[in-house]
Amino acid sequence: MKHLLSIDELTTDELQELLRITPSFAEVASRRIAKVPALRGLTVATLFYEDSTRTRLSFEVAAKRLSADTLNVSVASSSVNKGESLRDTAETIEAMGIDAVVVRHASSGAPWQLTKWLDASVINAGDGWHQHPTQALLDCFTLQQELGSLEGRHIAIVGDIKHSRVARSDVSAFTRLGATVTLVAPPTLLPPATETWPVTVSHDLDSVLTDVDAVYLLRMQKERMRESLVPDLREYTALYGLTAARASKLGTKIPILHPGPMNRGVEIAADVPDLDQVVVVDQVRNGVAVRMAVLFMLLGSGNSGLPTDSLPAMAEEVPA
Amino acid sequence: MAERERKGAPPFGGSFVAKATVMDAEQIRRAVKRMAHEILERNGGLDDVVIVGLQTGGIEPALHLVEAFETIEGTRPPLGSVDVAFHRDDIGLRPVLPEAPTDIPTELTGATVILVDDVLFTGRTVRAALDALNDFGRPRSVQLAVMVDRGHRELPIRADYVGKNLPSARSEVVNVTMSGVEIGEMQK
Amino acid sequence: MSAYLIRGGTVADAIETRTGDLGIAGGVIVPVDDLPSDATEIDATGCIVSTGLVDLNAHLGEPGDEAAETMVSAGEAAVLGGFTTVLAMPDTHPCVDTAAVVEHVRLLGEHALCNIEVAGAVTVGNKGENLAPLAELAAAGVRFITDCGSGVQDPLLLRRALEYAKPLGLTIAQPADCVALSRATHMHEGEWSSRLGLAGSPAEAEEINVMRDISLVRLTGGRLHFQTLSTAGSFAIVSAAAQSGLPISSEVTTHHLRLCDADLAGYDTNLKVTPPLRAAGDARAAMSAVAAGRVDCIVTDHTPHTTDRKERPFDHAATGTVGLETALAAALCSGVPHEVVLRSMSWRPAELLGLGTPQERSLQPGAPADVVVIDPNETWTVRVGSLATLGTNSAFEGTELTGRVRSTIVGGQLVVDQGKVAA
Repeated sequence: MKHLLSIDELTTDELQELLRITPSFAEVASRRIAKVPALRGLTVATLFYEDSTRTRLSFEVAAKRLSADTLNVSVASSSVNKGESLRDTAETIEAMGIDAVVVRHASSGAPWQLTKWLDASVINAGDGWHQHPTQALLDCFTLQQELGSLEGRHIAIVGDIKHSRVARSDVSAFTRLGATVTLVAPPTLLPPATETWPVTVSHDLDSVLTDVDAVYLLRMQKERMRESLVPDLREYTALYGLTAARASKLGTKIPILHPGPMNRGVEIAADVPDLDQVVVVDQVRNGVAVRMAVLFMLLGSGNSGLPTDSLPAMAEEVPA
Repeated sequence: MAERERKGAPPFGGSFVAKATVMDAEQIRRAVKRMAHEILERNGGLDDVVIVGLQTGGIEPALHLVEAFETIEGTRPPLGSVDVAFHRDDIGLRPVLPEAPTDIPTELTGATVILVDDVLFTGRTVRAALDALNDFGRPRSVQLAVMVDRGHRELPIRADYVGKNLPSARSEVVNVTMSGVEIGEMQK
Repeated sequence: MSAYLIRGGTVADAIETRTGDLGIAGGVIVPVDDLPSDATEIDATGCIVSTGLVDLNAHLGEPGDEAAETMVSAGEAAVLGGFTTVLAMPDTHPCVDTAAVVEHVRLLGEHALCNIEVAGAVTVGNKGENLAPLAELAAAGVRFITDCGSGVQDPLLLRRALEYAKPLGLTIAQPADCVALSRATHMHEGEWSSRLGLAGSPAEAEEINVMRDISLVRLTGGRLHFQTLSTAGSFAIVSAAAQSGLPISSEVTTHHLRLCDADLAGYDTNLKVTPPLRAAGDARAAMSAVAAGRVDCIVTDHTPHTTDRKERPFDHAATGTVGLETALAAALCSGVPHEVVLRSMSWRPAELLGLGTPQERSLQPGAPADVVVIDPNETWTVRVGSLATLGTNSAFEGTELTGRVRSTIVGGQLVVDQGKVAA
């Protein structure tokens, strides 16, 4: 495995392996000296064309806990429009001798294009509406902590599915781990051709909430109003928001997830995030461990493309 | 030797073929008991002693040592485990992923740590384990117990307690389980 | 003028397919017996000898975008692809919206190895606001006018254009694209846009304007040619309307015949085209529409770009693909019979462009010597670096195609010999 571009490109074995090793990294993060020399001497660059302080920080912390050097390539958000080609940026990074590039881009597919011009590993930290694989991994890990396993569980993903890379990644990951997924959204916020997705679709949040094991809320962006995708936020909240009444009907056992940052009062009522079953903080904490696992898998586990017959003998093993 | 290490070693994809059995279950049980007595004797009991097994081959011998202490002394010292996956000197060269989270149940500063592994060979894994332990405090001393010392050291490391010294060729493979120790080789 | 004896090929024109030799002298077809004794022999054994291809839809760079293409490079690409006449689209800089620019483009076109015909704009600057001086354009020899890109959006303006153009003998060529539905989209809307997270344009954005434009043709009686149709619905609607006798015609590109939205899975910006690559079913519908003659022409929609315009995120990349050198091969190995390919790429577009009826252009003595010799069995792999076009964006990059132009003769001159531009 050289790159992590999408959840779909991971085999189910790789997906499960990443989740299996994540606790080892969570343990490192919990140490008094939360740093191991695993990726000493390697450099991880964060290349964020779109602001996301929390994701960038999460990757930086993950890299630092593994002793990788990190550097933040700051890209003016308008540089794409100014005509800088993706290739020029890639070649600049390549010239700096970087081992992995964590890329966030407002354009779907940008990480795929970068791999054409980079020898470094590329980790997709979110591309347009398309994919956010480490978010899906941390969501799976969090749900496994809450539910034990995703096998046979029913998860509702609620909100703006159409524009959501989180939804696209989570649907793939959740269903491959055996969960069933119901998308709950107004028709205008659903992607086209959902009949080709492994999900069921509903426009009735209340009926879905009577039969779920977890609820995943997506961020509702205000600009969707301007595009006439929903009439107004008040109506959206009334139909698709996790109001206090809906939260109390849900009971205290059903975990509530959100990729953050939350719009309190829109997709989630102001006080609901303070309930015990809201696991947003666990998601953030698990995000670091999952990203450590991903960085280690890509850079530290010998899958970096070196020819295996050139390896020196194993520490406790025989030479070839 | 752990299965995961075997997977990452040449010849890749080979399987272990035993040539001879050098210890049986009873001999192993007796060796563990003797090592437990030696540890007790050298440290004057179990005060401040912490047993730490190395993932993955050292986990079972460490557990048996703790059980031996319980039989002899009636108490169980704290038992932990350490995974050296993040401290190896060959990271990035071979496909080795962590096996299980490191679990050190107590502060190690001032403790006497007995590191336990199945086979002592080049010494590189023990070196990595010593590094890993540093993150959990400053032990008063670290001692090493292994079921088999097969020689061929590449680092200045020696075992304090040895189940069996087993002369071997570099190309041979030693397989340790609690039901026996076999010597053989990897074959495609 | 040179004389040529094309030997041993299968001569295929609108009238017949026959095995035999073809003589060319003085810029026209001549009986083999009348050839001078020093006529150059061209071995066409195993090849198809036909009338030169005509492309109704190509963007040639000049004037204004010489970094992407010039008349010289486009002309070489055209003749290597078997085209003897290419209709240059008017979206140049400046836009072809006056007779002066028509003349300028014609002059530039004299540097090309093929014949360059010039299409004019429907509206000033292709802006969709005010009609261009259509009578002036017609007087300058323009036959087709088009606001290429998305076509005339305002139905009133299109109505006026159809009415005004009708007595001038102009055909309005019009891509069908309802911009209000397709704005800020980057591919076809469907399963793949859903999966790839790209904003998609539904087939209906094309079909709505197809239906609207047909209604306006019925209202005005003006001539309309649908450019680059791409959806199964469009082919069905247009062929029904054409059968009812309305003065409409249509075209499809080779990339819409051969490729579909699933091919975008790797975000290859060379596959970003307008209209977008549609679903696999649409490509199949395009193929059967061509085979059944429900689509008049196969075109290239040759749109050259420099690398930097494609080396961008998918949603910021320029649209279009080069096509002059790949169109014939892509069409020949798509499963459509050879004679249908030749009809759609030579006889029919020539007729629509007013270059002569299929009979007039048939390879009979006295007919103009625009001839192409095609080896239908040569297999080659498209590498944009070895194409003559300056554009670096081929939707067929890396694709293996079967069928290649051996020789092209424009106006009696051998311009492609043994698959290479003749020295």
